[in-house]
Amino acid sequence: MASDAHGAEEGGLVFHPMDQFIVKPLFGDGPIAFYSLTNVTLWLAIAIAVIFGLLVLGSSKRAIVPTRMQSIAELSYGFIYKMVEDICGKDGVKFFPYIMTLFMFIVTANFLGLIPTAFTTTSHFAVTMVLALAVFIGVTVLGFVLNGTKFLGLFWVSSAPLGLRPILAVIELISYFVRPVSHSIRLAGNVMAGHAVIKVFAGFAAVALISPVSILAITAMYGLEVLVAFIQAYVFTILTCVYLSDALHPSH
Amino acid sequence: MEGELAHIGAGIAGLGTGLAALGVGNVAANFLAGALRNPSAAASQTATLFIGIAFAEALGIFSFLIALLLMFAV
Repeated sequence: MASDAHGAEEGGLVFHPMDQFIVKPLFGDGPIAFYSLTNVTLWLAIAIAVIFGLLVLGSSKRAIVPTRMQSIAELSYGFIYKMVEDICGKDGVKFFPYIMTLFMFIVTANFLGLIPTAFTTTSHFAVTMVLALAVFIGVTVLGFVLNGTKFLGLFWVSSAPLGLRPILAVIELISYFVRPVSHSIRLAGNVMAGHAVIKVFAGFAAVALISPVSILAITAMYGLEVLVAFIQAYVFTILTCVYLSDALHPSH
Repeated sequence: MEGELAHIGAGIAGLGTGLAALGVGNVAANFLAGALRNPSAAASQTATLFIGIAFAEALGIFSFLIALLLMFAV
C-alpha cells in the first residue's frame, strides 16, 4: 500500500503509519510468489500453533479441577456453543465445529497482532475476504441443498404488501450479495484502522513536547484495541450464525 | 490536480465514518435506555445489540474503505 519512499521524507512522520501492513518475504528480497514464506504466512502459522496449544494440549489432561489453560479452552467452547444454539437453533449445532474454528482463528490472529512488532494477519482484506467468501458460498449452497427453491423465499418478503414485494426483492438481493463485502471489510477495516491510529500517535512521540500525551494516547488506544480485537471476532462469528440461520430457516 | 481532488474526496468520505458513529451511538443508547428499564431482559439481548452495532458500523466502514481507495488506489 505504501511505497518505501515514505520513510525517507524529511520533517514529517518518521515512518508511514501504513508501513506495518507491508507483506515482506522472510528470506531475501525476491518477488513474492504464492509459495514464498512471508510474514503473513509466519503469523498465520503461529496463530494455528497457538490455537492447537490452547485447545488440544490445554484440554488433553481432562482434569476435573481445570487448569487455567483448560478453563480458557472450556470457556471458549461453551461460549461459542451457546451462541450457535441460541441463534441457529438445535439443527444448527452440527455446524458448530466450523463456527468454533472461525472464532478461534480470528480472535487468536487479532490478539497476536496486538503484540508489538507482530504482523496483523486479519488487517489484510485478502485474509478476511477468504473467510467471508467461504461463509457466503457455504451458506448459499447449504440453503439451496436444504430448502431447494424455497430458499429464494428469503428475497420475497411475504409479510409486505404485494406492490412493494418486487422492490423489496431487489433490495434484499443487493443486501444479500453485499454480505461478503461488509462481512470481511468490517473485520479488516476495524483492525487496520486501530493499528494505523496507534502508529500515527507513535509518530507524534518523536516530538519531545507532546510525547507524554502521545504515550498516554497509545496506551488508551491499545486498551481499546484489545476490546475491538475480541468484539470484532465476536461480531464476525455472530453474523456467520445469523447467515447460517437464514439458510436453515429461510422463511421471511 | 487529480491527486489533490482525490485527497479532498477522501476527506469527505471520512465524514461518513463520523455519521456511522452517530448510528452506533444511537443503537447503544437505546439499548441502555431499554436495559435500565428492564435489567433482567438485558442480558439475553446483548447478541442483538452487537448485530445492530455491526450493521450500523458496516456503512461507516464502507466510507472508510472509499477513503482508503482514494488515498492509495486511485
